[in-house]
Amino acid sequence: VNHRHDRQPQPQAIDEDVATHVYLCTGCPLGCRLEVDAVDDEVVEVRGFNCRKGDRYGRQEHLDPRRPLSTTIWIEGAAIRRVPVRTAEPVPRDQLVAVVEALRGLRIAAPVKRGEVVVADVLGTGIDVIVTRELPAVGQRDHLTTGQDPPASEA
Amino acid sequence: MPITGQLRHLEADYDVAIVGAGPAGMAAALGARARGAERILLVDRDAEPGGILLQCIHSGFGLHAFDEEITGPEYAQRYLEQVLEHDIDVLTDAYVMDVGPGGRMKLMSPTVGVTGLDARSVVLAMGARERTRGAIRIPGDRPSGVMTAGLAQRMVNLDGYLPGRRAAILGSGDIGLIMARRLRLEGVEVVGVFELLPHPSGLMRNVVQCLDDLDIPLHLSTTVVGIHGRDRLERVTVAPVDDGREPILERSWDVDVDTLLLSIGLIPDAELARELGALFDPVTGGPVVSGTMETTIPGVFAAGNVVHVNDLADWVSREARVAGEWAAALATGARRPDEDVRLVPGDNVAYVVPHTISRDGTYTVSFRVKRPIHGPTMLRIGEVHRRKVRAVVPAEMVTLQLAPRMLEGWSGAVLRIDAVPAEAVVR
Repeated sequence: VNHRHDRQPQPQAIDEDVATHVYLCTGCPLGCRLEVDAVDDEVVEVRGFNCRKGDRYGRQEHLDPRRPLSTTIWIEGAAIRRVPVRTAEPVPRDQLVAVVEALRGLRIAAPVKRGEVVVADVLGTGIDVIVTRELPAVGQRDHLTTGQDPPASEA
Repeated sequence: MPITGQLRHLEADYDVAIVGAGPAGMAAALGARARGAERILLVDRDAEPGGILLQCIHSGFGLHAFDEEITGPEYAQRYLEQVLEHDIDVLTDAYVMDVGPGGRMKLMSPTVGVTGLDARSVVLAMGARERTRGAIRIPGDRPSGVMTAGLAQRMVNLDGYLPGRRAAILGSGDIGLIMARRLRLEGVEVVGVFELLPHPSGLMRNVVQCLDDLDIPLHLSTTVVGIHGRDRLERVTVAPVDDGREPILERSWDVDVDTLLLSIGLIPDAELARELGALFDPVTGGPVVSGTMETTIPGVFAAGNVVHVNDLADWVSREARVAGEWAAALATGARRPDEDVRLVPGDNVAYVVPHTISRDGTYTVSFRVKRPIHGPTMLRIGEVHRRKVRAVVPAEMVTLQLAPRMLEGWSGAVLRIDAVPAEAVVR
């Protein structure tokens, strides 16, 4: 029983120009099944929504699907080994994996502040990657009580 | 500014002492301060405040609390900055061993040793813990590589380890869905998410963004029936289930994986309330609470996932702020309402929090439905209030506001909460 949601566009020719694509609206728990009629890159009509959010979501999802992206990167000299980061804006859906891979080898050093930019304009998207928490350097820190050094990092 | 000032001196008594410094505890501390408590202590067993928010690096937090979508660590830090601004004592790396009658609290930490203190009011804000393999008794070997999704989340996001190379996930709760995406993005092969129920347990947004986006299969009405591996997990056996949720073993198949994550639900971590002898709600697994979020033990309040498992940290903080306010009211001798109205689950409602209210207060009533209604739904509080919503699903908690004007002229003692298809409601 391999259930899949119909998020993947499933073009069904209505006439030779208009194709219908199906998306699942994520705006609320109702989860409307949206049908987006489009001619090439132009949306003709969105059907199946119960509120304005659905109409907007259907158009955005068809033309330029984007997602918020979070991951972690190595941090040296802090009490934990990874610092959480996110993209300042949602990134194009098909670049999610590429952005994470671009950040994988990155190492930064404590201290860092919330909101600090670690990579500007990641992969030419025009979107910055920012740190999502403050992490003081060990020794400078005063908020952890263990007094231990962070685990030694490989390489 | 350091993330927290390390507490140097612990007072012998406090107006309000709060156990757990996650989204509930921090909000309770702020609520207590706003309502006039002077000495407030926030205790956490972890090395720093924030609770599980610190490992929830994904966005989806703050839409209600801050009117902005942020990540777990950002949500934690915003609250923590307010906690520090309000000069609340924060003791980390400390474990509360016992809360006795009258607010005598025993705790232990490397900096203060084993010590006791007196609190006029106590707020329990310990959150929830994950159900484990033992809770659902999956047969088979006991190799390494089988763990809860939240543990894996901590390993990956804080400690910098991957739990394995090839993973299956049992349960489609939000943590499981989020970990499917997280592992996939970190280069782990995620062979699929297996869900016993015929519908996903987590939010639809997470099904789309965590599974569909990354082509991770979701197998509904399917469960894990065997775990195989001598030292390390080698494979699991999965099987479809029938309408009675019994596995159909003749149709089972094997999946080669070295990691199995369990996302099979949360249980309120309410042992302190249990030891105190508080009355519990068998459905939520948490203590029964009044409209002021007080348990049945006078002076002991509770809020957040320790009372009932919420789906948004924002709701946890809102509820805990109320608990903190009333904890402060008790500590400072302010009048508190007489509660003589009971709220009870009715049609298609699994539970209701709070369990009792007074006639003259304003309350947020939270509940969860038993079955989804995929269409216009009427929510009713007895005869006194009704509201129509587009749809309800068990994965999303429902809230209603109850105000004194709704109870004007009503003299009953019990309000039943219902969630029924709107067309079935005859006016």
